[in-house]
Amino acid sequence: MTFNIYDLTSFNQWVDKTLYDSLPAFWAMIIEMTLIGVAFLLFYALIGLFLVYAERKVCAFIQNRVGPNRVGPYGIFQTIADFIKLLMKELIPINKADKFLFNLAPFIVIIASFMAIAAIPFGLGLHAIDFNIGVFYVMAVSSLGVIGVLLAGWSSNNKYSLIGAMRSGAQIVSYELSVGLSMVTIVILAGSMQLSTIVEAQRDGWFIFTGHVPALIAFLIFIIASTAETNRGPFDLAEAESELTAGYHTEYSGIKFAFFFLAEYMNMFIVASIAATLFWGGWMPLHIGGWAGFNTVMDYIPPFFWYMGKTMVVIFIMMWFKWTFPRLRIDQLLKLEWKYLLPINLFNIILMALIVLLGWHF
Amino acid sequence: MEDLFIISDAIQEEEYIINMGPQHPSTHGVLRFKVSLKGETVLGVEPHCGYIHRGIEKMCERLTYQQVIHLTDRLDYLSAHINNEAVCLLVENALQIEVPERVKYIRTILSELSRLASHQLWWCAFGMDLGALTTYFYGLRDREPILDIFEETTGARLLQSFNCPGGLMNDIHPNFIKRVKDYIVYFRKKLPEYDELLTGNVILQERTNDIGFLTLEDAISYGVTGPSGRASGFACDVRKHHPYSAYDKVEFKEILFDKGDTFHRYKARVEEMWESLKIIEQLIDNIPEGDFVVKMKPIIRLPEGEYYQRVEACRGEFGVYVLSTGDKYPYRVKFRSPNFSNLSAINLLSAGHKIADLVAISGSLDLVIPDIDR
Amino acid sequence: MNNEQLKEKIRSIDSNIEITDGPQYVTLSVSPADLHKTALMLKTQADLSFDYLFCLTGNDLTDACSVVYHLESFKHRHCIVLTVKTANRENAVLDSVCDIWITADFHEREVYDLVGITFTNHPDMRRIFLNEEDWVGYPLRKDYTDNNIVLR
Repeated sequence: MTFNIYDLTSFNQWVDKTLYDSLPAFWAMIIEMTLIGVAFLLFYALIGLFLVYAERKVCAFIQNRVGPNRVGPYGIFQTIADFIKLLMKELIPINKADKFLFNLAPFIVIIASFMAIAAIPFGLGLHAIDFNIGVFYVMAVSSLGVIGVLLAGWSSNNKYSLIGAMRSGAQIVSYELSVGLSMVTIVILAGSMQLSTIVEAQRDGWFIFTGHVPALIAFLIFIIASTAETNRGPFDLAEAESELTAGYHTEYSGIKFAFFFLAEYMNMFIVASIAATLFWGGWMPLHIGGWAGFNTVMDYIPPFFWYMGKTMVVIFIMMWFKWTFPRLRIDQLLKLEWKYLLPINLFNIILMALIVLLGWHF
Repeated sequence: MEDLFIISDAIQEEEYIINMGPQHPSTHGVLRFKVSLKGETVLGVEPHCGYIHRGIEKMCERLTYQQVIHLTDRLDYLSAHINNEAVCLLVENALQIEVPERVKYIRTILSELSRLASHQLWWCAFGMDLGALTTYFYGLRDREPILDIFEETTGARLLQSFNCPGGLMNDIHPNFIKRVKDYIVYFRKKLPEYDELLTGNVILQERTNDIGFLTLEDAISYGVTGPSGRASGFACDVRKHHPYSAYDKVEFKEILFDKGDTFHRYKARVEEMWESLKIIEQLIDNIPEGDFVVKMKPIIRLPEGEYYQRVEACRGEFGVYVLSTGDKYPYRVKFRSPNFSNLSAINLLSAGHKIADLVAISGSLDLVIPDIDR
Repeated sequence: MNNEQLKEKIRSIDSNIEITDGPQYVTLSVSPADLHKTALMLKTQADLSFDYLFCLTGNDLTDACSVVYHLESFKHRHCIVLTVKTANRENAVLDSVCDIWITADFHEREVYDLVGITFTNHPDMRRIFLNEEDWVGYPLRKDYTDNNIVLR
């Protein structure tokens, strides 16, 4: 393995060692956790603000509009202004709502999306926890959000919310399969569930290139299924505003609504970063076999930028989906999953297993 | 209708009733659908109207005929010009006044322009009902120049009140002909975009095909007119069958389909935009010279009797019934609004489908709520 | 069929119907008792087949109420007007025609709501625009008063 100038592993180890040497183990751990927590909170807020702004601009671009352009240059402070507005808004109490669950739901949604971030490798050494079952963990945690959605729909005591939540439940239970199976396809190819190993395995070529047709199919399925899992258009049935006004978060206002809103964007970010990690090599620069000069130049771009760039491309694709397509109907949504995506996926796994077994991949 | 509400399961489940409206994004106004559901399936829809009932018919009994025109704008505000025309034609026919050719041509052109604008707005709203939000901006982009043309000539963008008994309030603006011609060239290029963005989309096809069938018999019996009726094969175009103004001088096709599902109601409207363009094209170069109004007495008194005038509004047949006692006020005015009859078919169309289909179906009927409630 | 042929035809079927020439359409006047029968005849008679009811109007004539049915035939493209006068203004009752033309369902509810004519055999005789529970009177009647009426 060649030396990488952007390797942060040694820095992390140094911080870790200094802390444990100078403090009792318990306090060192607390401080480390706090540091990471603060860093993630900051990152989370920044990404949330950025994505909301990006969505508005992308949507405006697609819809022939200018988008936000009043608050700050090119309207970049628009989302901050909106965030302040959401913070100051009244939290409208619902008389017949189940108070405890009603207040709990936004937190579950946001915590679920927060937890998934921990396992994502942002760069070499820029990694909160490198699980050896990283893929499994991300899959498990990212589907926890649906509990929050179901609770929100149930506790609001609103019929639209309930329908929205039930739709969301049916949707996520179905599409979780496709997301999982398309990830399994890549796990077969990489031979590991550890995200850092998966990224490392793509040093000489991203899986979408080296994995032949099955990787491509898996990528397409992953993009479709994960768009569905994040409840975004054209699969935004849970909050279909022309049918269910706002679906499960109809009754929420102020910061609680902001939590749902933010969680949607964070979920989109998480699935996009998983797509980037599994299929497009994560933070790995673009390397072309044999082109040493080109590869060296690519190496000089920091891994974090590679990672963010790829994630943003996936996010852009997902926004493109949303603003172009009409919404599906619930039965069509389930038909798409159970009749098309799932069988294709299963077949795809077998194909991938065969390719790996016969050593046909690059 | 009653038996739709009976659930035949062994366990008599309670109906899940939701109120769509009066504030609901899919009803495009203050209409309330009382929808009984079983799961996601619609068992029955009961429309509740009257949230924007303004008693226009009652008001008309205390207004002169010139004043009545201004109230008709407020019925179907998207075909305001056509509604005005109906009252003017009624008065002119009752008094047997022959309006100049120029007036007929201009009225027809303005009617077709408002039909275009209305169908464009329907197209955006229909896309939005189905969740394709981008259509809204494409439709409005093309509607804007039409409203500009209206503004220049009539002084108003939406509620023009440009007609008066005997002709028009004013002559057309000198730029009118050039701008309309430019617009036709522009929109002929833009209309195929509509098909590219929405019509060919596989999700739209899935969402609308074979949803909400309306048979020819039902269309006639329910009085579903306009593009919604014509999608079922109901040849009900008043422009064709009872021509008024300059419609007998132009060539155009009555768009007829026989399938009668949501997709064909969609298709009928998109095709109608092409026909409207054709009609305008035929007339715009040949507007004859002449007066824009026939001098009429300031107080109009219709001879005693009953009068009825039908015109083809954007959503179907619009009719005005006037019962006159020879007074300067009409004794009774009744507006036959197309949306009121179209709405009555909603239960037939949507029972048995999903909630999302109800939205698509009511979108494809293109309901304008003030026109229903009057 | 043109208006003359229509008159001829209807006379040959039922000579009791009073036929007058309106400004546009042939107008038939029937008594409330004959309404449903005549309506059914107009719809089912093959040469007439008035299957499209395009307007249904209720009028308050101060001494009676009347309902005007505007009919068209999809097949033959001729139009006719059917009018019927109730015997009694205060308790105006007519037969419903919504089993013949379904569109009459909503229109009759509207007439009931605003003019106050009750239609028998109508499946759902409720007000359609105004509030069922608390609205008093029928606004389109000539003697209707309300403090909120601006134009008098």
